[in-house]
Amino acid sequence: MRNAFASTILDIAQMEPRVLLLTGDLGFMVLEPFQKRYPERFINVGVSEQNLLGLATGLAEAGWIPYVYSIANFIALRPYEFIRNGPVLHRLPVRIVGIGDGFDYGHAGPTHLSIDDVGVLRTLPGMEIIAPATPGQAREALLKTYASQGPIYYRLGKSAGGTLPPVEFHSGKVEWLRNGKDVVLLTMGGIAAEALSAAAQLEALGISAAVIAVAHISPTPQNALFEVLKKFPLAATIEAHSVQGGLGSMVAEVIAEGQMVCRLLRFGVRKPFDGRSGSLKWLLREHGLDAASVSSTLHKMIRNIGEQ
Amino acid sequence: MKKTDDFAFQLREIILRQSKRANAGHIGSSLSIADLIAVLYSEVLGPIGPRREPDRDRFVLSKGHAALALYGALYLKGVFDQSILDTYCADGSLLGVHPEHALDGVDFCTGSLGMGFSFAVGAALAAKLSGSKRRIFVLLSDAECNEGVVWEAALFAAHHRLSNLVAILDLNGQQALGYTRDVLDLTSISKKWQAFGWIARDLDGHDRTEIARAISEHNFALGSPAILIAKTIFGKGVSFMENRIPWHYLSLNDEQYAVALRDIGVEP
Repeated sequence: MRNAFASTILDIAQMEPRVLLLTGDLGFMVLEPFQKRYPERFINVGVSEQNLLGLATGLAEAGWIPYVYSIANFIALRPYEFIRNGPVLHRLPVRIVGIGDGFDYGHAGPTHLSIDDVGVLRTLPGMEIIAPATPGQAREALLKTYASQGPIYYRLGKSAGGTLPPVEFHSGKVEWLRNGKDVVLLTMGGIAAEALSAAAQLEALGISAAVIAVAHISPTPQNALFEVLKKFPLAATIEAHSVQGGLGSMVAEVIAEGQMVCRLLRFGVRKPFDGRSGSLKWLLREHGLDAASVSSTLHKMIRNIGEQ
Repeated sequence: MKKTDDFAFQLREIILRQSKRANAGHIGSSLSIADLIAVLYSEVLGPIGPRREPDRDRFVLSKGHAALALYGALYLKGVFDQSILDTYCADGSLLGVHPEHALDGVDFCTGSLGMGFSFAVGAALAAKLSGSKRRIFVLLSDAECNEGVVWEAALFAAHHRLSNLVAILDLNGQQALGYTRDVLDLTSISKKWQAFGWIARDLDGHDRTEIARAISEHNFALGSPAILIAKTIFGKGVSFMENRIPWHYLSLNDEQYAVALRDIGVEP
């Protein structure tokens, strides 16, 4: 997804001369093509994310469209109040590009994980959030939204992610990755690949699971989610993010406000970090988010519901 | 009376009258910058044009809590009338305690210290990138320099030689709960800015001629950004307010109001 950004921003910059790319001194082996092609539109502002967002606000007020780039937690959390009082309060087209979809920087340790960025930014009315599932979807989302009036947060995975079929992006919609009838797995970001594996494992156990990628996270795709949830007795949200504030919270809100009967199980981060670090694969297992954990938990739950 | 002197006088009167009417604080902070604002608005800034006139000069009041001084200036420049000014601090007014960009004449929302300065550096960069000759002025408080982002943005502005940016530091030596020398000492503040690559110039923040001269002598086209270290008196003009910490927050009672007006030369 990170590479999809690197190539797509070149195309966007060609179409839209007001586009600038500013980085907080990150993007080694990613941003060089842009820097080479548009040296006058590329600025490394140094390791200063608060000022990065302040600069972007001043630039956007004057008509520029600044893309600000860093690792997700550094760009979404460190300058949070600047995002709130800058692009959001002034309704300016600042594009916040956060790399690292949950556990992507697993070996770097908890300081580099972004398991709360969506929850934090989702509290801001006027803040659009897009968390694609695949590089292709990231590209489509970037191309479809670059001219939007207000601020956007793009939460992009670092790696290519697992193998997924092509996924489209439509504003305010959700994308079906697999049909099913017993349970629907709703996912945010690259973890969709894990959910598809879980669905395949459930199929072997006689459970038909649908999988949906929710890439347009904010504003809440209320109607799209309602239409999905009304078809299922059981839904599970799967996200490399805290269960509080992210996709799980959002789906719970839709179910509660829609007075729906759908039962919900939220897979996500529930426990504090204890200092141990590891690969994406290890972290997913550690937090019960790998395909095997998800499918076995769901299998038990569905069996219990059947026995009730 | 010179135009600027008259502007400063009227500004002080507006600050006192509106603070009293609204029973609001931040009076001392507003009085401290009255002369600086008077020079900017009566002599320096170009027309306060329609918001979407891209090449208008920008002024950012980074010490947003002194917004009343800014509102007074916008009123005196005819941006809005007395009926709007009289909504200061009223329910639903665009004239809150801190400036909002929804109000004509205000380009950036401020109130969270340090942010306005960073916005202003972005505005200066924006002008340079588009080859515009517009100038950017930003007024910050001394205690605002407690904020880390001020120094992030200062480094950036100097590194990128944003000569179109002039900052003014309201060096009144006070902050919310004490004197700056007791809370977080800012000794040698000019040298600190110089060390960050800025042209720093010390001046008397109530000497309107000197302020105007310093701005006119800056080279906006080339070189480093400049900061005017303006030594000011908190609560300037009101005897019982000058250099007194509580007047960061206090509002005026009837008796104090009468004395304050007399102090600045207005008969109540």
